[in-house]
Amino acid sequence: MRIAVAIMILWAVLTGAAFAEETATAIGDPERGQKMFKKCKSCHQLGEGAKHKVGPHLNGIFFRPAATFDDFKYSKGMYAAREAGLVWDIDGLSRFIEDPRKTVPGTKMSFHGLAKEKDRHDLLAFMRIYSDNPQNIPEAAPTAIKVEVELSPEILAIVGDPEYGEYLATECTTCHQSSGDFDGIPGIVGWPQDEFVIAMHAYKLKKRDHPVMQMMAGRLADDEIAALAAYFGDLN
Amino acid sequence: MTLNRRTFIRAGAAVAASLSAPMVLGAGKPRVVVVGGGAGGATAARYIAKGAKGAIDVTLVEPSRTYYTCFFSNLYIGGFRDIGSIAHSYGKLASDYGINVVHDWAIGIDRDAHTVSLAGGDTLAYDRLILSPGIDFVDGAVPGWDITSQNKMPHAYKAGSQTELLKAQIEAMPEGGTFAMVAPPNPYRCPPGPYERVSMVAHLLKQKNPTAKIIVADPKPKFSKMALFQEGWANHYDGMIDWIGSDFGGDAVEVNADEMTVSIDGEVTKVDACNVIPAMKAGKICEMAGITEGNWAPVNGHTMQSRIDENIHVLGDATNQGDMPKSGFSANSQAKVAAMAVRGALTGSKVFPAKFSNTCWSLINTDDGVKVGATYEATDEKIAKVDGFISQTGESGELRKQTYEESVGWYAGITSDMFG
Ligand SMILES: Cc1cc2nc3c(=O)[nH]c(=O)nc-3n(C[C@H](O)[C@H](O)[C@H](O)COP(=O)(O)OP(=O)(O)OC[C@H]3O[C@@H](n4cnc5c(N)ncnc54)[C@H](O)[C@@H]3O)c2cc1C
Ligand code: HEC
Ligand code: HEC
Repeated sequence: MRIAVAIMILWAVLTGAAFAEETATAIGDPERGQKMFKKCKSCHQLGEGAKHKVGPHLNGIFFRPAATFDDFKYSKGMYAAREAGLVWDIDGLSRFIEDPRKTVPGTKMSFHGLAKEKDRHDLLAFMRIYSDNPQNIPEAAPTAIKVEVELSPEILAIVGDPEYGEYLATECTTCHQSSGDFDGIPGIVGWPQDEFVIAMHAYKLKKRDHPVMQMMAGRLADDEIAALAAYFGDLN
Repeated sequence: MTLNRRTFIRAGAAVAASLSAPMVLGAGKPRVVVVGGGAGGATAARYIAKGAKGAIDVTLVEPSRTYYTCFFSNLYIGGFRDIGSIAHSYGKLASDYGINVVHDWAIGIDRDAHTVSLAGGDTLAYDRLILSPGIDFVDGAVPGWDITSQNKMPHAYKAGSQTELLKAQIEAMPEGGTFAMVAPPNPYRCPPGPYERVSMVAHLLKQKNPTAKIIVADPKPKFSKMALFQEGWANHYDGMIDWIGSDFGGDAVEVNADEMTVSIDGEVTKVDACNVIPAMKAGKICEMAGITEGNWAPVNGHTMQSRIDENIHVLGDATNQGDMPKSGFSANSQAKVAAMAVRGALTGSKVFPAKFSNTCWSLINTDDGVKVGATYEATDEKIAKVDGFISQTGESGELRKQTYEESVGWYAGITSDMFG
């Protein structure tokens, strides 16, 4: 309910008429959108204190030109899209989320897309809450801050052996391309090591459900996961 | 990559300095010959060359200039891929990895002299030999069929012109005609392959020739992912496919390629297109090298070395290794273990415990993909299964579509892992 109220407030403070119109026609159900955001959470944070992870944080995304954070390294494709004038208005976001690689050729966002328009609009209605002025961000907000799995600091502190990682990685590159390209299986190259380690443990602990990855991660020891994170993290 | 004399010498010095006394020290650069540029051989050659960075001389012997993957060749038959999309060249293995790619047949192996002789007349010396020649067919396996019948009744179990021929014959079937498949006995290349093919043929016929019939004569009582395929056939191709397992006489088959007839348990049927997939054995060169027992080449799972000659590693379909199915994924996985073992033996690089895995996707209809997979480890006795999974019947359309999309991702992954 708090979310619905926030949306009302947002509407009230909106100025540009064009945007108000767009909002009125395009935006959907933010509560459902909050659930949809699970699909983005593994890579993006949103809400108070959100930081860059695999992807940049998404606070204030609406009406920002693409690839604007200096402290995030985007793909060449995303910089090219910015040059070409891509702005994250509702239509731009919707098209990008529908088919990232078609909208921004060469993007390193490995997400296969949300085909249903309703899903996209609900999601955007939710993301919309975290745009505009900070006072409009509801207090009890943080969504993506919640870590997928709680790992002990010891596990996160393990320094991986990249040489071992290189061997272990040979098992992964049958599916995950070492170029980082996405053709149906996500790219796993150049991730921050913590993110990589958390994702692998999430599969191993069956907090993420995907039978292939649960099986692959299931037999890796903590130091092996660290070795893989070190190796793939340095690949470019 | 070309090596000038200086890097060559430096590489040699690095080898000499490494601890675990490689066997060919002082004899110049160690030489690896790989026979067969498929899922196993191309991967092994690439990984050895990539890891050794010029310290090992790698030669790949493969007669064809273009490798057509068997994987996804059924999707070509079903109309989901064109033939060009399953064709790959060896260009990058030569230009980016410095592999000496020789387009020729290996016709003999002298295990004492450590040499491979080629049909073109050359002889190649090796310190380690890798054989990944895939499969050949067992003579007389299907009464009435031999390799000279392959143009009338294609096997299409080595991809390329055979696959194109089979598809053309299916497309040329008269309205309401009959397509027959003679399925192979275990063990054979790609356990779900024949049934994915039946699905793709049904998909093609449903569009072009919806009253056509499909008969499958199978020497086995059950097959890989059977429940998933049967569910899919009932959902998408109801009444079109008649699968006759060994319990119903599917093992008593005889064909006549001139008459285009198939006899199943004494009942003769006139057919319009016929796909005969005979029983299989290791590619002939294994037999010629004297490293087979029965139809296959036994190997040690820790290193993929032949149990008969430790200077030879055998990969992929040709091997008898234990629990792994004969698949491109398996061959690729085994190649990496062999590459590590070969580099370890020849240059003293680090060797880690062998790990293997496999996943086989199959497409049943548009956006209806299923998969089965497992992980494996080496024991002294065999490559043993550790863990596995399989798609379930009754899965949502969304999940099946995602599974298909993953298989497309996998195809891009494995082919770039093989060919660079
Ligand atoms: C219809 C079909 C569908 C399939 N689908 C899948 C799938 O979805 N997923 C999967 O993982 N696997 C699949 N497979 C199985 C996969 O194709 C094989 O398991 C894999 O190719 C085996 O690799 P290999 O290296 O042993 O042999 P191959 O890939 O067959 O390579 C052998 C190579 O050796 C060469 N050669 C043979 N003899 C000699 C010689 N004397 N001298 C020089 N060169 C020689 C041949 O020309 C060939 O290029 C499928 C197979 C079929 C038939
Ligand atoms: C697998 C990780 C991953 C997932 C899942 C993912 N993204 Fe991304 N996203 C990225 C990466 C990486 C980038 C940077 C892309 C680039 O540089 O090409 C990005 C970029 C973006 C951008 C552009 C940001 C900017 O600053 O220009 C938006 C908007 C975005 N993602 C939205 C989403 C939404 C919404 C979802 C969920 C439906 C999602 N992403 C899911 C990784 C992901
Ligand atoms: C058989 C194919 C296959 C193999 C082999 C494989 N993966 Fe995956 N991987 C996938 C698929 C498919 C996904 C997407 C799963 C999902 O939707 O959760 C994935 C997801 C991932 C993710 C999360 C990506 C994201 O965007 O959130 C990571 C990290 C990962 N894999 C790492 C690995 C590592 C490390 C290995 C080797 C030890 C490996 N994978 C081996 C198929 C594979």
